[in-house]
Amino acid sequence: MVAQNATLKSKEEIIEKLKKPEVISGSEILLRSLVLEGVECVFGYPGGAVLYIYDAMHGFSDFNHVLTRHEQGAIHAADGYARASGKVGVCIATSGPGATNLVTGIATAYMDSVPMVVITGNVATTLIGTDAFQEADITGITMPITKHSYLVRKAADLPRIIHEAFHIANTGRKGPVLIDIPKDVSAEMTMFQPVSEVSLRGYNPTVTPKKQQVDKLIKAIETAERPLVLAGGGVVYSGGHEELFEFVTKSGIPITTTLLGLGAFPSGNELWLGMPGMHGTWTANMAIQNADLLINIGARFDDRVTGKLKGFAPHAKIVHIDIDPAEIGKNVPTDIPIVGDVKTVLEIANKDVKWAANADAWRAQLAGWKAEKPYSYKDSDEVLKPQWVVEMIHEETKGEAIVTTDVGQHQMWAAQYYKFNQPRSWVTSGGLGTMGFGFPSAIGAQMAHPERTVVSINGDGGMQMCAQELAICAINNIPVKVAILNNQVLGMVRQWQELIYDNRYSHIDLAGSPDFVKLAEAYGVKGFRASNKEEARAAWIEAMNHPGPAVVEFVVNKGENVYPMVTQGSTIDQMLMGDEE
Amino acid sequence: MKKHTIAVLVNDQPGVLQRVSGLFGRRGFNIESITVGTSEEAGLSRMVIVTTGDDSTLEQVTKQLYKLIDVIKVIDLSANPMVARELALIKVNAEPAVRPEILGVVETFRASVVDIGTHTLMVQVVGDTEKIDAMIELLKPYGIRELSRTGVTAMIRGNARP
Repeated sequence: MVAQNATLKSKEEIIEKLKKPEVISGSEILLRSLVLEGVECVFGYPGGAVLYIYDAMHGFSDFNHVLTRHEQGAIHAADGYARASGKVGVCIATSGPGATNLVTGIATAYMDSVPMVVITGNVATTLIGTDAFQEADITGITMPITKHSYLVRKAADLPRIIHEAFHIANTGRKGPVLIDIPKDVSAEMTMFQPVSEVSLRGYNPTVTPKKQQVDKLIKAIETAERPLVLAGGGVVYSGGHEELFEFVTKSGIPITTTLLGLGAFPSGNELWLGMPGMHGTWTANMAIQNADLLINIGARFDDRVTGKLKGFAPHAKIVHIDIDPAEIGKNVPTDIPIVGDVKTVLEIANKDVKWAANADAWRAQLAGWKAEKPYSYKDSDEVLKPQWVVEMIHEETKGEAIVTTDVGQHQMWAAQYYKFNQPRSWVTSGGLGTMGFGFPSAIGAQMAHPERTVVSINGDGGMQMCAQELAICAINNIPVKVAILNNQVLGMVRQWQELIYDNRYSHIDLAGSPDFVKLAEAYGVKGFRASNKEEARAAWIEAMNHPGPAVVEFVVNKGENVYPMVTQGSTIDQMLMGDEE
Repeated sequence: MKKHTIAVLVNDQPGVLQRVSGLFGRRGFNIESITVGTSEEAGLSRMVIVTTGDDSTLEQVTKQLYKLIDVIKVIDLSANPMVARELALIKVNAEPAVRPEILGVVETFRASVVDIGTHTLMVQVVGDTEKIDAMIELLKPYGIRELSRTGVTAMIRGNARP
């Protein structure tokens, strides 16, 4: 791990020192304000327009700064940090290309409602608009993918703006906020006045729901014969997993959790049906299609969950609990809208919710389906199966690791076969589907939880989109365990080309990729390779026992597909089941 | 598809027009016209936007607008008794022989001539969209050289409550 600086003083001492009003530079105001917001770790990359900021960071020890090897690595790491910790992720980049390299990461966080404060430098205010060297209109570029953004005009505004940015990022529906600081503003000397109040007339998220709406939900449960909970990332983000557990176990309503909701409810519980949607379980999808009451708790009816909208949950009365009123009714017409913070809504509901007494037959039916049709794959002793690898990793980490993934087949297998029991242990780019996210996000997650095992499951494609960050793992001894499921192909694209484009394989061959063991070792990270079960388990155990970061390349079979699969344009009960055993 | 006139009270901040118009663009909402100006309160501007769509589109527009931090209030003016006005300047071909005819039209519409050129008249007309459309139709036969409309600004009537 990055060594905590030896000169780190007690928190109170630091805060008292920092709050003192005095004339300092915009850059120092920024650093002080970040510390006052509780920031402990920042990911960044310097450059011309942030030189004053980095100058102020020289010898600064009140938070950690992790120098990544690419701005993309910095922002995904900040994202992983935020998802794993629940705190606001922070990253810094310079103007122009530094800022534009953050765009994918900002969009990733925006789509999955991850709280982040993104700080960019810009050219001096006197140069803005002149196409100056390394100038980019980053507030303009990121307007559609930020919750809010600021272009700072004077240093005296910084304390207010930073405080507002953290407040906006981490309340309501969370999301990334960008602060663009021109170079002259970061140099400007001004009197620092810390700000601790927020006054935003246009921003007042509804936390407490209308009681009569919750009463309607309670009433609907009383009469429902086939009720179902669909829980999403909102449960995790609101910290409402315990309330969800109480709600579900008190009412006995079966539950399915979306990709981002994995870990919001313990997977070992008998009421849990698995994940719904395109690669969801047969039982979860059939439950949705047969339910007479669908209670959406903090999910957004994403198209990967709903499949064809016309024909989605055709028999169900829809209840939708969401902090963002714009999500309610956006995709699926809603009978009982409940606007509010998931945790707060469930706290209120739990006072009145009773056992769903009419649903006994339904519970039995779903339990039967669940036993009859679990996820399955045809195992092999000749070739290494990626699903088996995930199961093995689950076993060896006792299901207690923080798992991050990239995007594609391995992501779905990880979601299917790693059984999560606690929230904030699953970090994946669900909405944007960002390749290159898996590995750097693990670095952030490990920074947030130095004591936990962090496993990053990747494909051979996505791993090459951010492999350069192996350097910071080695240098800072960040002990992330990286699994690469190498099938020498862009697997999910291959699967679609096989099933939907009639076996016309176009530009998906990744043969000739670097030797991942050598690649790891070039960066000073321990590397392993495994091609069969025996090697795989041995290599993984060795990697786990190694005190530092390690990469394990699993050579898996090429033609494996993710099943079940709902093809685009089908309702979710139309599942391809593959070659089950 | 219905026409809706909405008023959006926003912080008078740089970039706020871009935030609002960008939102309409990327969410696939149509903007028929948009006007912006200061409001009765210092620091706040009022935008009046005419958009088309069914009621669920309007609901989404409203909810999405509220998600912008700089948006204070959104009101569907057209759900209430309202006064909506726009102004148009119309430069129309007007040789001396046809001028009396044109002036007749102008008078009937309680419009006014605000500039006289050698071969043209500039007509200013204020009214609701239908009135201005009608005026344009009547002036078309003479040959409209140039047309500039402000877009609709609007307000709910005094005794109505939003």
